[in-house]
Amino acid sequence: MDANTFTRRAGLLLVIFTFLCFIHGSRGEIPPQPAGGVTIVPPAKPDGAPQAYPDADTSNLPVFTMDYPRIQIPFEITLWVLLASFAKIGFHVYHKITIWVPESCLLISIGLIVGAIMHSVKEEPPAALSSNVFFLYMLPPIVLDSGYFMPTRPFFENIGTVLWLAVVGTLWNSIGIGMSLFAICQIEAFEVQDVNLQENLLFASIISAVDPVAVLTVFEDVSVNEQLYIVVFGECLFNDAVTVVLYNMFSFVADMPVVEPEDVFLGVARFFVVGLGGMMFGILFGFAASFTTRFTSKVREIEPLFIFMYSYLAYLVAELFAISSIMAIVSCALTMKYYVEENVSQRSCTTIRHVVKMLGTISETLIFFFLGVVTITTEHEWNWGYILFTLLFAFVWRGLGILVLTQIINPFRTIPFNTKDQFGLAYGGLRGAISFALAFTLPDTIARKKLFVTATIVIILFTVFLQGITIRPLIEFINVRKTNRDLHSINVEVHCRLMEHTIAGIEDLCGQWSHFYWKDKFMKFNNRILRRILIRDSRAESSIVALYKKLELQNAMEILDTVSGDISAAPSVVSVYEDKKSPSQPKKKFMASDLRKMHDILSKNMYKIRQRTVAFTGKHSLPNDTQTREILIRRHASIRRSIRPGSFQSPPVPKSHKYFSLPAGQGLDSKFFPAKRQSTADDHETMSEVAYPSRHSRFTKPGRSSARAMVPLHRLDTLKEAPSVDVLNESRGESSSAGHIMPNPMML
Amino acid sequence: MGSSSSSSYMRNIPQAQVLIHETGFSAAHLLRLYERFQFLDKGSTGELRAQDFTAIPSLALNPIGDRIIGSFFPPGQEKLDFPSFVRIMAHFRPTDPNRSRDGTQLEPVNSRNKKLRFAFQLYDQNGDGNISRAELLQVLRAMLGVQVPEEQLQSIAERAIQEADLDKDNVISFDEFRKSLEKVNIDQLMSIRFLK
Repeated sequence: MDANTFTRRAGLLLVIFTFLCFIHGSRGEIPPQPAGGVTIVPPAKPDGAPQAYPDADTSNLPVFTMDYPRIQIPFEITLWVLLASFAKIGFHVYHKITIWVPESCLLISIGLIVGAIMHSVKEEPPAALSSNVFFLYMLPPIVLDSGYFMPTRPFFENIGTVLWLAVVGTLWNSIGIGMSLFAICQIEAFEVQDVNLQENLLFASIISAVDPVAVLTVFEDVSVNEQLYIVVFGECLFNDAVTVVLYNMFSFVADMPVVEPEDVFLGVARFFVVGLGGMMFGILFGFAASFTTRFTSKVREIEPLFIFMYSYLAYLVAELFAISSIMAIVSCALTMKYYVEENVSQRSCTTIRHVVKMLGTISETLIFFFLGVVTITTEHEWNWGYILFTLLFAFVWRGLGILVLTQIINPFRTIPFNTKDQFGLAYGGLRGAISFALAFTLPDTIARKKLFVTATIVIILFTVFLQGITIRPLIEFINVRKTNRDLHSINVEVHCRLMEHTIAGIEDLCGQWSHFYWKDKFMKFNNRILRRILIRDSRAESSIVALYKKLELQNAMEILDTVSGDISAAPSVVSVYEDKKSPSQPKKKFMASDLRKMHDILSKNMYKIRQRTVAFTGKHSLPNDTQTREILIRRHASIRRSIRPGSFQSPPVPKSHKYFSLPAGQGLDSKFFPAKRQSTADDHETMSEVAYPSRHSRFTKPGRSSARAMVPLHRLDTLKEAPSVDVLNESRGESSSAGHIMPNPMML
Repeated sequence: MGSSSSSSYMRNIPQAQVLIHETGFSAAHLLRLYERFQFLDKGSTGELRAQDFTAIPSLALNPIGDRIIGSFFPPGQEKLDFPSFVRIMAHFRPTDPNRSRDGTQLEPVNSRNKKLRFAFQLYDQNGDGNISRAELLQVLRAMLGVQVPEEQLQSIAERAIQEADLDKDNVISFDEFRKSLEKVNIDQLMSIRFLK
């Protein structure tokens, strides 16, 4: 515990120190001339000996000067960012907090605290949050982050639903809330009669933007099904675009005294222009980026730069034409990612991912932080009626909207939404950063701007805190009601898991069920034309080869580094366990604690199939390849421990599989698919072992081959012979009679 | 993908009518399965091999992926033609609750029993009709990560057999397997919704 208390104290001290620093720093405006103690005198030759201390009277060379205003702005920005990052570190020291309270809540709380301190010291918050700063600097990284790490396959499978919910849902919400609020405004008791319909609609469009950052983090932990996850994720992205469009439209309209019907029609047309135009721009820039990276093999160091520059350029050009910049950057990221990751080096790939994640996280952190600070320090205009009704309507319309819309779209979905999904969708309607920024950038011509700002902040805080914190228990409650895991016996649980894996496998086998036709067409087009142009050496590589190449490289590097290696972990410690076939063996008694431990192990360590998606869309973490790496390691291990039942006949494995590296220039296909053995049904582990080393053979870095990684290959032609000590072998019995010992340098 | 093209496709699908009748797939589903079959069949040979299956990345990364693939290829058979493919896929259709239970009708492919059989033979590699401890251990090892120590795996397998093994022969027969899962909603676990 000492380390913990120490870190806690250190963290606390750091935090206090940092904001004391910037409180001091952010004091007021830049004074017209350097204040306090600074004399910038022309360097004059000292008369006699050089003076140690600056003397205001004499014109001596100052030894120690301070010029704060010069660095004020970058300094303050850095301090803010640092403070927010410290806060993030702090959360993870207390690991339990992040389980129950989403990060956005915590960030806002810290912001509130800081804001309270600043308010009491009568400081002004840095005037950093202007419209330009937000939309030009803070929003693009967040959107790039979301777009870059979006899992494309599930996304495109659900694209209809996503678009439907995002576009129609947001429209429904805005118009519904706007109208109801307008109705409320008519009631005299609330004193808000001066807010007209346009302004109400404008306000409603601001607060209907759902920002499920917190929801996504919660969904991850609670492992909701993949469909729900991806729909929420996609809805978030397109939601932003739609909101911004609506906002612009309504603010334009709000200025006009009267709304003509043709304006509405123009509005709709504009919406399409904006949306589709954004996408077009994005795709164009994406292609440009991919094409550029085709030629960057000699300038690896600046490869990541292209990604960022092109996507940012897409964003800015879209802003130039006032079309949806969010859609532009998202589609740019989507297009780019696929081709660029094939062109750039492994290192650049890693760099890009890290930087994208980092920028996105910083922006998001800062925004929530500012939200907290600004909440305290702005002037608020409170109006009970308006604000409470806003909350109510936001809830009600979201719920209604989801209900109605899912009913309409369910027949078109291959996997319809059930009530639990719908609840998750509706309750997960948290508002966040976009609403906040839009509220702030309301034009000052609107009389009740302060009221709107207050109402927006209230909604954001309410949804983030209340819904964010309670959604987890609620979803768990609903989940728990359906399957009561603890009552199942171990046996049943194992079998159920097996079935889950089976179904997942069969689903993968079926592939994409809907839109299959279009996807197929696109893939053909892609392979024939696009890849030729955009990718440097465009072999028609199957993706699994690319995947294994990359993973194998990392795996090999790790094997070289680690002493004992992951590979030798479990199997080499195989205890010589006596076979239980002997009837005199007493049955082992299992106590309740053992059972509980078993349940724990089963639930924690089973490969969570759905985690595949979740791992990629974790908002605050990079996608990790550890799971796939684990499977590789397991395969290594299973090769080593392989069982050879005596009945298993196999022709010798063709020599090509033993090659560790493919001679340059060779075609891929001949070596990739090995000739199959006769009886593949007997031991399916062997099948994987046969298939697996052929993937090895694609490994094109001969210099990296380590002795260990070589071993599985060498052992292939001795597979028929028994491995030495193995539980399973003993139970099988037959193969050990062969008398051969497998060469097993790993066990040494 | 209009109806005209699908009907022309239907003529190409081997034994289409027989399969529809036998497995209960709709014509549209059969067509999609055929397209998928053709997609997987890279060499356009009309038959699938195991490596066509392993070319699906997500299936290859499935812990029991190789077993699933193996269950499509009975022992001694290397190639899979379309009717066999469909027959096996039919196991995963959701069960039809309205099926009349008259004894004369052949048990449909997607009945609960058949589904359980499919799961059972994923365990039972040597085909002797029993799940031995070793086979259970293999599956456990595949499904749990490397992190779980061997002793824990042994205990889990031990416990699982203890719970299910009613006639105390230290293996789980199919009947014991079925009995232990009698409270579980197999239809939900072993069906793919969109194959309805």
